[in-house]
Amino acid sequence: MYVYDEFDRTFLAERVAEFRDQVERRLAGALTEDEFKPLRLMNGVYLQLHAYMLRVAIPYGTLSSDQLRRLAHVARTYDRGYGHFTTRQNIQFNWIKLEDLPEAMAALAEVGVHGIQTSGNCIRNVTTDQWAGATPEEVDDPRLWAEILRQYSTAHPEFSYLPRKFKIAITAADHDRAATKVHDIGLRLHRNAEGTLGFEVLVGGGLGRTPFIGKLVKPFLPAEHLLSYVEAIMRVYNRFGRRDNIYKARIKILVHEIGAEAFAAEVEKEWEAIREGVLHLDSDVVADIRSRFVYPAFETLADNPPELAAALENPAFATWHRNSVHPHKVPGHAIVTISLKPVGAPPGDATADQMDEIAALADAYGFREIRVGHEQNLCLPNVAQKDLPALWQRLEAAGLATPNVNLVNDIIACPGLDYCSLANARAIPVAQEIARRFADLDRARGVGRLHINISGCINACGHHHVGHIGILGVEKNGQEFYQITVGGRADEHAQLGTLLGPAVPYEQVPELIEDIVDAYLELRQSPKELFVDTVARLGIDPFKERVYAAH
Amino acid sequence: MTSPLQQKIKVTGPVVVTANRLADGVVVWRTAGNTWSTQLADAAVVTNAADALALLEGAQKRDTDAVGPYIAPVERDAEGLIHPGNLRERIRVAGPTFDLPA
Repeated sequence: MYVYDEFDRTFLAERVAEFRDQVERRLAGALTEDEFKPLRLMNGVYLQLHAYMLRVAIPYGTLSSDQLRRLAHVARTYDRGYGHFTTRQNIQFNWIKLEDLPEAMAALAEVGVHGIQTSGNCIRNVTTDQWAGATPEEVDDPRLWAEILRQYSTAHPEFSYLPRKFKIAITAADHDRAATKVHDIGLRLHRNAEGTLGFEVLVGGGLGRTPFIGKLVKPFLPAEHLLSYVEAIMRVYNRFGRRDNIYKARIKILVHEIGAEAFAAEVEKEWEAIREGVLHLDSDVVADIRSRFVYPAFETLADNPPELAAALENPAFATWHRNSVHPHKVPGHAIVTISLKPVGAPPGDATADQMDEIAALADAYGFREIRVGHEQNLCLPNVAQKDLPALWQRLEAAGLATPNVNLVNDIIACPGLDYCSLANARAIPVAQEIARRFADLDRARGVGRLHINISGCINACGHHHVGHIGILGVEKNGQEFYQITVGGRADEHAQLGTLLGPAVPYEQVPELIEDIVDAYLELRQSPKELFVDTVARLGIDPFKERVYAAH
Repeated sequence: MTSPLQQKIKVTGPVVVTANRLADGVVVWRTAGNTWSTQLADAAVVTNAADALALLEGAQKRDTDAVGPYIAPVERDAEGLIHPGNLRERIRVAGPTFDLPA
């Protein structure tokens, strides 16, 4: 965990006091809605279909148990007893009242949590691998670099009124769990041939109306230059990014229009002027920030302890273990994914009671730390393997041990038309019905790794373009229709899915998805060939024929 | 963004004016008495652009009651009861279309 210092705590307390005053003035009529709206958005407050929505940032996906308990408290006291974890390591409260928001924010600020950088045309909450600091795959803890970017970007005056919002993601492992290639800036931390730590820098990725995979602008940026290089990118974007057309304002459009090479040349020019300036990351500054990350005092343990071996005799535990437990860099420990996708439930939702239970489990078994992944699941990154059986029993009792991580019913879905004022169609009920079709998890396991992503509109909060199967809700003559894509992926081999054919009405979607899955089961060379690999090998035609012949 | 007042208003059937209440975001409808109600049944229903615009203008005079007023379609059934005219408005009246987590 990163420990906030006095500066952060004071800043948050002042921000809450400011917002309290702004809300009071708004309610009294001293501020008009036009004046107030940008102020509330800077604090993560949106107005949705039924109510205000508070989006709270979970910087680089890391929460302490105390912070999670406080989120549960806010859900229970000021909302309807649950929260929704999003695809950008945020949590949203969907029923919050404007008049209660200052109190809710004060409660959150006490534990260092807030909605800053979750809205508006600023650098948003920097996201990373939910396994950061725990996975043996990484070359360094990416959260350190995310935190450096957070300190740099929060309330940065030069970048508070960008042409459009700006999202940065970091991975420090070759297997990308942070979808870095579909962010405005995607950073891959690695070591070069000389062993120096640095970033591969991609710019101009993004989904939404005009999806692009990020383009490589710098194969190796020594880590000490992270801020100066990001600043150079931001300046080029601020200068050349379009402000006349909201649909062309994201940096991906600029990079696409002038080309990655020309863009990179502009950045280099800017960077040369500032690279040795105040933004150069001296090693003592980095060391100081690194020292504020407190790591668990791991016991010296061996892998595969007898408690685990005994528990693996139980088929239900063994199934969960195979699905939801992952290797840890410290022997005798493990990373545990907590599925927030019980079959038939809204993806990514957790009740206040579940949040409290997960916080208690983190206290008991996980060094008081919880992570949020962009797949809308939670994670206990540091669990001793000997504790896994006891942890599983309690997760099971709380409805949090569905062994479906990365399976066909581990669906990523935006809130859709059930909550969101931008949506054209529903996403959650579509996810629920598809999940029910695969309620038999033996069947889902037989299908293997298959990511379904659903968005209720072109803005693509459900990341449908990069779902192995992507589902996009559109409106046709007042009816909900859905376009289906296949072959997308969000990882290190990120690519956009290909449209399968004409959109189909709401009622037909679950069956169509079953048809696609059945076609895959027939077409795959062996159970080892994953859905995306079959699509890559055969193209979409066999799927198209099968699916549209049936409908 | 174009102000709703400057937008071309096309009214082809019965419509109401709706918004969210400022203090808590609750969905409200403009009544014939120029107040706001949380019941769609209380809404003033108009059927032409001039009346719709007048209703909207009235709704925009005081922005401490409700936020973001706009014109929304409704339908009348055989008994004359008002129902939301599209899915979005149905969801605004009845809430999400699935059971909320409990």
